[in-house]
Amino acid sequence: MTAAPEHAPTMARTTLRDRLAPYAPFLLVPALAVAGFLAVQNPASWLTLTVSGLAMGMMIFIMASGLTLVFGLMDVINFGHGAFVSVGAFVGISVLLALGQMTGAPSLGLNLLAVLAAVLAAMAATATMGWAFERVIVKPVYGNHLSQILVTMGGLIIAEQLIIVLWGPEEIYFTRPETLKGALTFGDAAIEKYRLVAVGVGLVVFAAMRFVLRRTKIGLIVRAGVQNGEMVAALGYRLRLVFVGVFIAGSALAGLGGVMWGLYQEVITAHMGNQAMILIFIVVIIGGLGSVEGCFVGALLVGLLQNYIAFVEPKLALISNIALMVAILMWRPMGMIPVVKAK
Amino acid sequence: MIRSLLSGDMPRSKFLGAILLVILICLAFAPFLFPGVRTVDTAARICIFVVLVASYDLLLGYGGIVSFAHTMFFGIGAYGVALSSTHLGRGFDSLIIGAGLGAILAAALALVIGLFSLRVRAIFFAMITLAVASAVAVLVSQISSVTGGEDGLTFKIPRELGPAFKFGKDLFGGELLGVKLNGKLLTYYLIFGGSLILFLTLLRIVNSPFGRVLQAIRENDFRAEAIGYRVVIYRVTATCLSAAVAALAGSLYAIWLRYVGPDTTLSMEIMIDILLMVVIGGMGTIYGAVIGATLFVLAQNYLQNLMSGLSSMTEGLPILPELFSPDRWLLWLGVLFILSVYFFPTGVVGRLRGQR
Repeated sequence: MTAAPEHAPTMARTTLRDRLAPYAPFLLVPALAVAGFLAVQNPASWLTLTVSGLAMGMMIFIMASGLTLVFGLMDVINFGHGAFVSVGAFVGISVLLALGQMTGAPSLGLNLLAVLAAVLAAMAATATMGWAFERVIVKPVYGNHLSQILVTMGGLIIAEQLIIVLWGPEEIYFTRPETLKGALTFGDAAIEKYRLVAVGVGLVVFAAMRFVLRRTKIGLIVRAGVQNGEMVAALGYRLRLVFVGVFIAGSALAGLGGVMWGLYQEVITAHMGNQAMILIFIVVIIGGLGSVEGCFVGALLVGLLQNYIAFVEPKLALISNIALMVAILMWRPMGMIPVVKAK
Repeated sequence: MIRSLLSGDMPRSKFLGAILLVILICLAFAPFLFPGVRTVDTAARICIFVVLVASYDLLLGYGGIVSFAHTMFFGIGAYGVALSSTHLGRGFDSLIIGAGLGAILAAALALVIGLFSLRVRAIFFAMITLAVASAVAVLVSQISSVTGGEDGLTFKIPRELGPAFKFGKDLFGGELLGVKLNGKLLTYYLIFGGSLILFLTLLRIVNSPFGRVLQAIRENDFRAEAIGYRVVIYRVTATCLSAAVAALAGSLYAIWLRYVGPDTTLSMEIMIDILLMVVIGGMGTIYGAVIGATLFVLAQNYLQNLMSGLSSMTEGLPILPELFSPDRWLLWLGVLFILSVYFFPTGVVGRLRGQR
């Protein structure tokens, strides 16, 4: 018996470029921050802008994450997602206004308690609304994008008008709870306290979402459902139930985002959801429809870029997001982190 | 003759044909049949919206693509005429230049947006147009030095189209059937004629081989691609055509109003109106645009009276007066919209033609 021929395969070494490609989107955020630093040329203002950009990005992420998951899981595009943002903001802010004594007191504990109550009320309201929305509006039009877009747009109009009926057509101005007002100063840089809170909440939501999606059984089912729903259903899981759950969770997150966005702007209008929707769409498109990580990176990019541009060249701020979207789509037409579908 | 004018796409229902004929006659002789500033204004609005809605139907009904930027193209045409009339002086040449440039710009913009989004996924198009359209709307109200901002632009159209211009004094004594022969009448017929030509052109487009391919793509894009049609090219072409026609309709609207502003041409509300007109009239039939636009514009003018009546009737009850207040009519339109997408997907024309 002869010995097996000598076999020593030489693996072509993957280039640095190939190894970096999957992480490229994540590297874009620090790269943009550095570019922003070069453009702003003032450490103090750069710090302020970066924090406010991150805060804005986190809030957009919270609002957008539900939309992208719902799309990934069931191929349902919900143009009415903005309605949850508005309703969340109105319910939450109404609760805050009703708890005026707690928000007016200069005690951090009482303030946070009031905000927590507002957030819970808003999330409960939007979760219920999400459930109803799914049952009444989205369910009959599964698998038909055209009708989905039309019908959910109709739902958005109705929700917006009902808000006007219930709360009146005027915008509502208010002030943040006492201890969340004002700014902290680091050297020359002034950072609003609320923005730090927003960044913190955003990070917690992102971490929690990743934990649920990566470490729990339900997350496994959701991720598998995104990749190949039929197979998951064939294995005996009731994907429909999972989907309703994701829709409700996404609506509740949009409500949370609405309250935070309202507190950030200190004014709420019935159209705020509609306006937020535009940023949300840009974020989910550049992130890759269906991808939570992509949505997170996209939201941070949009937030940072908008703040830097508004400081350096205010006139361009309006089109900066569109330009970002165009650039990203030229680089990766399916979005930064495309979702692989087994079809 | 009629068959070739309509590009072989007959109404295919006696009742539908009769309604269309009545609408055509009413619009053709509106200044004589219904003299009065408000009714003639309504007729002109119907003409323009028929074209606008038909051009949107080319996209939505025939191409199966949802766009939220149609008012943007409409606005580009309107602002084109307004800006050229302001800067080049009043005259027919500046109207033509403005309308032409507007249509070209709209088509170019549609080409860029289409190439970016349609090559990936048709659904991207809906989202991207929404983002671009709202950015443009904000931009227009921001750069007030050019566009007049929120106030818009008032401009002069040629003297021959103004109410001060009288004609036919010798022939008819300045009046025909009790209607004063002045520039306003000429403007109405300019609008009517322009709309009719654009409408017949659209009818020609959707009944051409191009239109058939577009319908095939709507039904099954994968299969159309497999047969050998370049889906992206067809979709992008449809987008450009529809944008150009929308811009021309916008030019007509600007000529009629002698004013442009963000509220009259660019607002999201008009976009929703267009969507509703297409759905009510019937997606995928150009005639649906006629029915939808006529019904809707008439309802817009007269429904609000009904609602204020209901509102005062329910006075004293909780919330109900608020729900029926004339300002809330968008609410009821939204409900109507959803119901018609569910239960009435082929619209009035589809029902009349007996398609289920």
